[in-house]
Amino acid sequence: MMAEIRIHRAGPGVTLQDMGRAGYLAQGLSRGGAADRLALHEGAALLGQDAGLGAIEIAGSFLSLEVTAPARIALTGAPMRACADGAALSWQASHALAAGTRLDLAGSRGGYSYLHVGGGIAAEECLGASSAHLGAGIGRMLDAGDRLALGPDRGRAVGRTFTPLDRFEGGILRMIDTPQTALFAKSECQRFTETIFRKDARGNRMGQKLVAEGAGFATQTGLSILSEAIVPGDIQITGDGAPFVLLAECQTTGGYPRIGTVLPCDLPRLVQAPSGAALTFQFISLEDAVALERSEARRRAEIGQTLRPLIRDPHDMADLLAYQLISGVTCGDDLERGMP
Amino acid sequence: MVEVQAADGGNASLPAIYPLGVDGLLIRFGAQLGEAANRAALAFRAAVQGDPPVGVVESATSLTSVYLRFDLEKTDHARLREDLRPRLAGCDWYQSALPQGRRLWRVPAVFGTDLAPQLAEAAELAGMTPDQAIASLCAASLRVQTIGFAPGQPYLGELPAQWDIPRQTALTPRVPEGALAVAIRQMVLFSVSTPTGWRHVGQTAAQLFRPDQDDPFLLRPGDEVLFQPVSRDEFENIRSAKCDGGAVATRLA
Repeated sequence: MMAEIRIHRAGPGVTLQDMGRAGYLAQGLSRGGAADRLALHEGAALLGQDAGLGAIEIAGSFLSLEVTAPARIALTGAPMRACADGAALSWQASHALAAGTRLDLAGSRGGYSYLHVGGGIAAEECLGASSAHLGAGIGRMLDAGDRLALGPDRGRAVGRTFTPLDRFEGGILRMIDTPQTALFAKSECQRFTETIFRKDARGNRMGQKLVAEGAGFATQTGLSILSEAIVPGDIQITGDGAPFVLLAECQTTGGYPRIGTVLPCDLPRLVQAPSGAALTFQFISLEDAVALERSEARRRAEIGQTLRPLIRDPHDMADLLAYQLISGVTCGDDLERGMP
Repeated sequence: MVEVQAADGGNASLPAIYPLGVDGLLIRFGAQLGEAANRAALAFRAAVQGDPPVGVVESATSLTSVYLRFDLEKTDHARLREDLRPRLAGCDWYQSALPQGRRLWRVPAVFGTDLAPQLAEAAELAGMTPDQAIASLCAASLRVQTIGFAPGQPYLGELPAQWDIPRQTALTPRVPEGALAVAIRQMVLFSVSTPTGWRHVGQTAAQLFRPDQDDPFLLRPGDEVLFQPVSRDEFENIRSAKCDGGAVATRLA
């Protein structure tokens, strides 16, 4: 029998994601893919495989599933409470699961969590990728009863962890000018960078609204701008004056003025901030932005060299559990953060 | 190159090049919608596709501009800008011909009724009766000026001056796939169900994005679309016949 994942329960916003489908902007289809691409690189490093393989993205909800064959998994992105047949598993780490193990993931504080499988998930491709793009009507949310075939896994290593880029508490988002930044008065741009925003509870893979006390933001010329290309990270100022940051599944063009573009390397800090977390913006030069982006690309490529063995605790030892050495271990709240 | 007053209050000469994101440039041929700027954008993108500058990995047009995305490992904004300058100066892009292989699409649409409830409202803003509005919207073919926002979704124009009607202040929470909506001398034919500020005047059964087919995008920039008014009954027959909404193409050039 082919190794597969059988989904028992899935909350809203659980989808298959990968690096998205680049190359269709001219046809109006945005790239899509994982909301936090960095988490895909991290999962690939933990399992020693290609970052282009698909993973399951969990948007602040829950997921329970079973693996029908022995499998390696990695857990990245926003930490959740993870249990394998009732035994707690560390987040930001890789693990071995025995055939028939039930995996329960819950207790997210928001943001996006990722379950990676050794060999990836062998899903059918549409336009060169297997990720769901809900806005474009490609794919769908995963649901109870779904079965996902696993790709062939050539790797062996498990029980490894690393220290993820700190991005789960909000913070500063660096941005550069857009072609429309000059439409905003200098004083308005200054006020924007002095404002403490909060992540609105409403947000999805298309974009994230931010809220703040005080007056909304506006250009001097109003809203009569011709539609031009939009990129993920663009900060649109819509009719109500609140910023809306465009994300992986955004539209390809837009006519609202954009005050800045958040650096791709800072977008994970936005998508992983819990609801209500404080976020501020800082303009930086294009040269600095390019240097930061290149440096992050180098750091990302070397995550695999920073892995270390997971300090083994009986609570973590799913493979021991499979041998019936211990029993009755429950998933305690003390391990809720799951951080090493 | 022609000098045009830029909408951002400056005296930027057009075409103008702007950084757009950490790995992109925007080449703006017009700050206002115009036939020449639209043709310039389409022609310049075609030229870039035919002879891509070092590092460029993707290009797209919007109404009057071209977006280029590049690989940060292979180039940067300054080097790409240097590559583009002589290309922009090398010919008068505003005099460009329309793209080759254009097609005329005849698309049946029902106007008004409960399927497209804002016909009367839009007609009144344009100073017409509903029947005059239908005749005006279907009198001539409309150009696909760009595909964008959502997959396969065309911006169609340019309508007669009476149709320079504003968007609504509030959004319609959701129009269905195939909805035909009007504002600012343009129509949009929606490829997915979406909220919109444009007024919903017609409904088609056209499927503009068919992800499971070899050629998933029905329309291309430069194509023309002629709407053919049909009754509610005829429309229901077309919709149930599963024949691409009755859209039929003939070759233009």
